[in-house]
Amino acid sequence: MSDTLLVEPSAVSPTQRVVGGLLRSREIAVGAVLVLVVVLTTIKNPNFLFSSDGWRDLLLSPSLLLLLAVGQTVVIITRNVDLSVGSILGLTAYFTGKLFVDHPGLPIWVVFLAGTAMGALLGLVNGALVAFGKVPALVITLGTLYIYRGIFLSWAGSDRINAGDMPSDFLALGTKTILTIPVLTIIGFVVLAAVGYYLYTARGGRELYAIGSDPDAAVLYGLPTRTRVLSAFVLCGALAGLAGVVYAARYGTVSSGAGYGMELQAVGAAVIGGVAIFGGSGTVWGAAIGAFLLVTINRALPVVGISDFWQRAVVGALIIAAIVLDRVFSAREERRLVAARDEMRKS
Amino acid sequence: MKIRNGRLSALAALALAASMALTACGSDSEGGSDSGDGGGGAAAITMLPKNLGNPYFDTSTAGAEKAADEFGGSIDEVGPDAASPDAQVPFINTAAQQGVDALIVSANDPEALCDALDEASSAGVKVVTFDSDTNPECRDLYINQATAEGIAKSQVDLIAEQIGDAGEIAILSAAANATNQNAWIEMMETELEANHPDIELVDTVYGDDDDQTSFDKTAALLQSHPNLKGIISPTTVGIAAAARYLSTSEYKGNVALTGLGTPNQMRDYVKDGTVEAFALWNPGDLGYLAAFAAQALVDGDISGEEGDTFEAGDLGEFTVGADGVVLLGEPFVFNADNIDDFDF
Repeated sequence: MSDTLLVEPSAVSPTQRVVGGLLRSREIAVGAVLVLVVVLTTIKNPNFLFSSDGWRDLLLSPSLLLLLAVGQTVVIITRNVDLSVGSILGLTAYFTGKLFVDHPGLPIWVVFLAGTAMGALLGLVNGALVAFGKVPALVITLGTLYIYRGIFLSWAGSDRINAGDMPSDFLALGTKTILTIPVLTIIGFVVLAAVGYYLYTARGGRELYAIGSDPDAAVLYGLPTRTRVLSAFVLCGALAGLAGVVYAARYGTVSSGAGYGMELQAVGAAVIGGVAIFGGSGTVWGAAIGAFLLVTINRALPVVGISDFWQRAVVGALIIAAIVLDRVFSAREERRLVAARDEMRKS
Repeated sequence: MKIRNGRLSALAALALAASMALTACGSDSEGGSDSGDGGGGAAAITMLPKNLGNPYFDTSTAGAEKAADEFGGSIDEVGPDAASPDAQVPFINTAAQQGVDALIVSANDPEALCDALDEASSAGVKVVTFDSDTNPECRDLYINQATAEGIAKSQVDLIAEQIGDAGEIAILSAAANATNQNAWIEMMETELEANHPDIELVDTVYGDDDDQTSFDKTAALLQSHPNLKGIISPTTVGIAAAARYLSTSEYKGNVALTGLGTPNQMRDYVKDGTVEAFALWNPGDLGYLAAFAAQALVDGDISGEEGDTFEAGDLGEFTVGADGVVLLGEPFVFNADNIDDFDF
């Protein structure tokens, strides 16, 4: 066996490699910023973390965006994007309320299932159009963003689902905690763990990365790109549907503005968490931390006393910083790889 | 009677026109001759809300029907399914052709209805707008639910009553550039300064009429102002979100919340004690007053000039203001005792 390896095994010791990897890891960097935000805000106002409301809100508020960001990440990894998730969330949230109005006494798990299924169906429409229509996902999902919102508007009109329309057991889920951890957050974490494990270990998950890295190569290699992209959109839709049910439980009221603009937050969370917008890299863990950071910053800024008008600018700066960081890292990585290649050719 | 689709409404219009013509032969639909109350001037009034199937307008129509029962007139409710600017035009045309005595409209658009309303007016139909107005020259009277001053004062009075007229309060508004919200907030500040020196307005935050943002801003208010006694949220989304947050918070019962909301969205929070009382106009009274105003116009008691006065049953006497506007009065206060009487 005298085949020369394309890349030599790393000469640095395993410990150094792990430490270096950790230091370079986007997840750790974003996580550190998150911790910093929480610590600074807590110093300014201890209630932010140490009151029972504060601790609960810290975990509970991001649970919605967490679900959306996980779904969005799976789609972005395949070099697509789903802009319709906010509309899907709103539509399923209203559907959830309507189910309770029209069928009082329906078990709560059935409603969760129905909402998720409805989201999956709407995601299937997106996925089918993108996978078979060969039209960029940006355009397709921008279209369905408006279509789904339009359906929602004509269905709901000026009507609104009120807290009184939904059973109190369901509404209690919105703030129920197990060992001080809110149930809705646990749902988010379970989804996160399942999707993260699949993407990291399963063949299907790795193929999603391959498709996003180089779609043409993935086709030539014989990967089932259509099915994979289709299922990514179905998963994203299903999670947006689940988020819709969670929305109804959390806010206890659904009007036709529900979920408006959430799609950009979901993309923002993924990007901040290190998911490359051109596909092929990033993890759901990063996106999850990104979602926590985005939501927590939004909650922390008013507590710290920064005026409303600056709050959005801070979020924008965060997104740009994340992209610039990405660019710097990838440029450095490229230089390193080129240097390694040149050295190999010389020898 | 509700007429929903075009074909059905055409049929119904025919039937109505026929019955109108028949009754016109036999009875006295020329109300002008016998003025005053009593069974004589049985005005036939068409009620045209922004859209049908809207609980808010169902309530106002019920109010108008109650009024019509009292003065012996009749109310027909017609309207489009969706509130779009020109969807009301065919209904106005139909009413004009039927020769009804008066038309009560909540306008989907201040401009788009004007031509149709002018035509109806020239056919002798009295036009009363309520809830949302057209341009003043297109109608005889506008029944205004509340003035900015009235709204601001009622909010301040409610919070003052709930916190014992002293302590820190904050305002949770909609968007920072919402004209009506800012006008109300400014008037609340003036009212607080003038009549409630012990109440201090410590913060005004903007929830953008978004549930999450309103949640976050409520939480931030509670955390950053430990002595906060009350919150005013003069927007329906804001008050519902703040109530939801407060109802599951450790601050429940310690911080008062009031504002503008609808009974259906606030019912649970009033019953569980999160909210003591909140305000909005009563759409039932609004419809009731509009019907009496229409009746007075048809009878010729008033012509819509400034200074005209008319009686509106249980609500008492009203005076027409500038530009033909009649003000319903102070906003209505909803609390645990009366909230179950309403469904909108």
